[in-house]
Amino acid sequence: MPFEITLTAWQLLAVKVAVIMAVVPTMTLVAGYAEHKVMAHLQHRLGPMYPGGFHGWAILLADGLKFLYKEDIIPERADRSVFKLATFLIFIPAVMVYLVIPVDRTLIVEDLDVGIFYLLAISSVSAIGVLMAGWASANKYSLIGALRAGAQLIAYELPIVLAAAVVVMLAGSLSLVDIVEAQSWPFLLWPPGIGLVAFLVFTMGSIAELTRPPFDMPVAESEIITGAFTEYSGMRFIFGFFFPEVANMVAFAAIGATLFLGGYMPIVPVGFLEVIPGFVWFSLKTAFMLFLFLWIRPTFPRLREDQLQKFAWKYLIPVTLALILAAGAWILYAPDALQVNR
Amino acid sequence: MSITDPRTTEQTPVHGPEEIAKIVAGGNLQTEQMVLNVGPQHPATHGVFRLLATIDGEMLVDAQPIIGYMHRGYEKLVEARDYRQITNLVSRMDWLSGINNELPLALALEKLMEIEVPERAQYLRVIMLEMNRILNHLMFFASFGAELGAITPTFYAFREREDIQFALEMATGGRMHFGYFRPGGLKEDVPRGFIDQALKGVRQVMARIDQYEDLLVGNEIFKQRTVNVGVLEKEVAFNYGVSGPIARGSDIDFDVRKDEPYLVYDRFDFDVCSAPNGDCFDRFWVLIHEVVESAKIVEQAIADLPAGPTLGKVPRVIQAPEGEVYVRTENPLGELGMYLVSDGDRRPYRLKIRTPSYNNVSALQHVLKGTLVADMIAVLGSFFFVLGDIDR
Repeated sequence: MPFEITLTAWQLLAVKVAVIMAVVPTMTLVAGYAEHKVMAHLQHRLGPMYPGGFHGWAILLADGLKFLYKEDIIPERADRSVFKLATFLIFIPAVMVYLVIPVDRTLIVEDLDVGIFYLLAISSVSAIGVLMAGWASANKYSLIGALRAGAQLIAYELPIVLAAAVVVMLAGSLSLVDIVEAQSWPFLLWPPGIGLVAFLVFTMGSIAELTRPPFDMPVAESEIITGAFTEYSGMRFIFGFFFPEVANMVAFAAIGATLFLGGYMPIVPVGFLEVIPGFVWFSLKTAFMLFLFLWIRPTFPRLREDQLQKFAWKYLIPVTLALILAAGAWILYAPDALQVNR
Repeated sequence: MSITDPRTTEQTPVHGPEEIAKIVAGGNLQTEQMVLNVGPQHPATHGVFRLLATIDGEMLVDAQPIIGYMHRGYEKLVEARDYRQITNLVSRMDWLSGINNELPLALALEKLMEIEVPERAQYLRVIMLEMNRILNHLMFFASFGAELGAITPTFYAFREREDIQFALEMATGGRMHFGYFRPGGLKEDVPRGFIDQALKGVRQVMARIDQYEDLLVGNEIFKQRTVNVGVLEKEVAFNYGVSGPIARGSDIDFDVRKDEPYLVYDRFDFDVCSAPNGDCFDRFWVLIHEVVESAKIVEQAIADLPAGPTLGKVPRVIQAPEGEVYVRTENPLGELGMYLVSDGDRRPYRLKIRTPSYNNVSALQHVLKGTLVADMIAVLGSFFFVLGDIDR
């Protein structure tokens, strides 16, 4: 090693926090801008064109600034402390998810042994925040929205966890770095389609978990205004609702890229592709997942809450359970094939 | 609903597991009903429409439409205006189909005063009316999609609206309130280029209607949300006096243009679309297919358009003779009737207006009972009403 920097544990922690606090908002802004633009072009329009000069790149900065200037209104009959706390409970998990995502072989904030477990656990904490927000707002629309969100997050947490379990079985590890290392061929392409089905289930579950269309009933504007966040305004609105939504979307795109598309590994194990650095691969794959999410939004109408529940419990969960059996059989009876892929 | 109600913590009896089991077994477990005010400010009501809904969970136990937030008293206002001013005023009732609103009064006066309307004016009227109908229907195509969470139809519809809108703008100078019909004919002849622009717009709509069907009608989620949702039975529709695309969606095959032709509608070949089930899907299906029929009428009318004057022999001062007359026309949203009573003055003695949306939304109460909150929005969206048309 040509040079060496020694940092104390505290200094290292500070650096890590600084990196996360710089990267997450940037990613969110980029993804938010992409959402504006991709949707606009899918709908035969231009989208933002003026703020910032070049194709409206600064639209979200302008938007954010506008929200910062707005009055922070708390309804008179709201439960003030819970109302305020809810925002943090939604915002903090959205940032903490990024801790364990491996951007490159060594570019990772914390390589936990139970990385994927941590990831799934932390990403569902926000459900409590949403419930708190809906309950504390003293608004009937908020209450309906919160209950919808609660039911939906419970129903779709399961398929996601089970789909991730399939990946864990195939990789034989809970550490995200190990999972990526196991994918010289991404799990998506593995015969006999186990990875593909798990990927589809994961994508659908993610969209529901992110409450994005067509599974956006908890925040369905035409029905219940903005669901649990109807009474939020100004800064609380962006940090409790808008920012976590986009940040979570990027996080789930990154998780999907890590679990199924092979993270920072080249998409197929061909020599010359190794030249491209890992973080570029990771970014490309994340961008692809992100585009999937953005593409689905303007394409479909919204489902109804009971139809959504039926879809989760009757189709997705049985499918993933069968998938786990299939993965087990595959590992048990075709270990050689597994070896080849490694 | 009170969040920090002290009574709930103090007075709620604490049940042990056995007692809870007993309550559950006895079927006495109850959930509280909640009164939800949908509107007057709500994204799905397109204005100041209020629905007093009693909900049990997400199920609507009762729904009471409350109207009148936008009452502007047109029926009284017109008694103080002379006839030329009234045509402009009533176009503001249903702001999505302004030119359609101008017609009944012109027809009523022509009947009372026995004015002969030139052929060219009649054909041009039909062209304008049908183009306006297309605009109106595309608007509801857009908003119904938006209410079901599909955001793209809005932009598709507005793209197609623009060419037709521009044609109307060329002739009348207006985009919403045209003020183009006069008792006895039209304000003036259409300018050069109008016919080409109108044809262009109409043909574009006809060419793109398949895209619309792909986007919504053929979509599985859309079907799930609309088929057998909010069923309006034929008898109920009859009893409430429902008309227009909503009635035709409930298998009532009635269209004033066909059954009681006015202007020159009897010379064109077009179908009255109707569907048998009366659910949201059928209402929407009728709406979309009426666009095609309207486009057909416009094409035929343009092909047969005669030359000649556009205004009949109208006296300088419009003064209807004593008498009364009822005229009804097919507005985009249903049957628009005007009952004009004249005492021989320059202004009407009384003008009773029967607007389609008013009768249509009165059937909501019946349809909404027992639906889910999400379905309520679908039903509201599929009842194609304009607030100004309800309250006028």
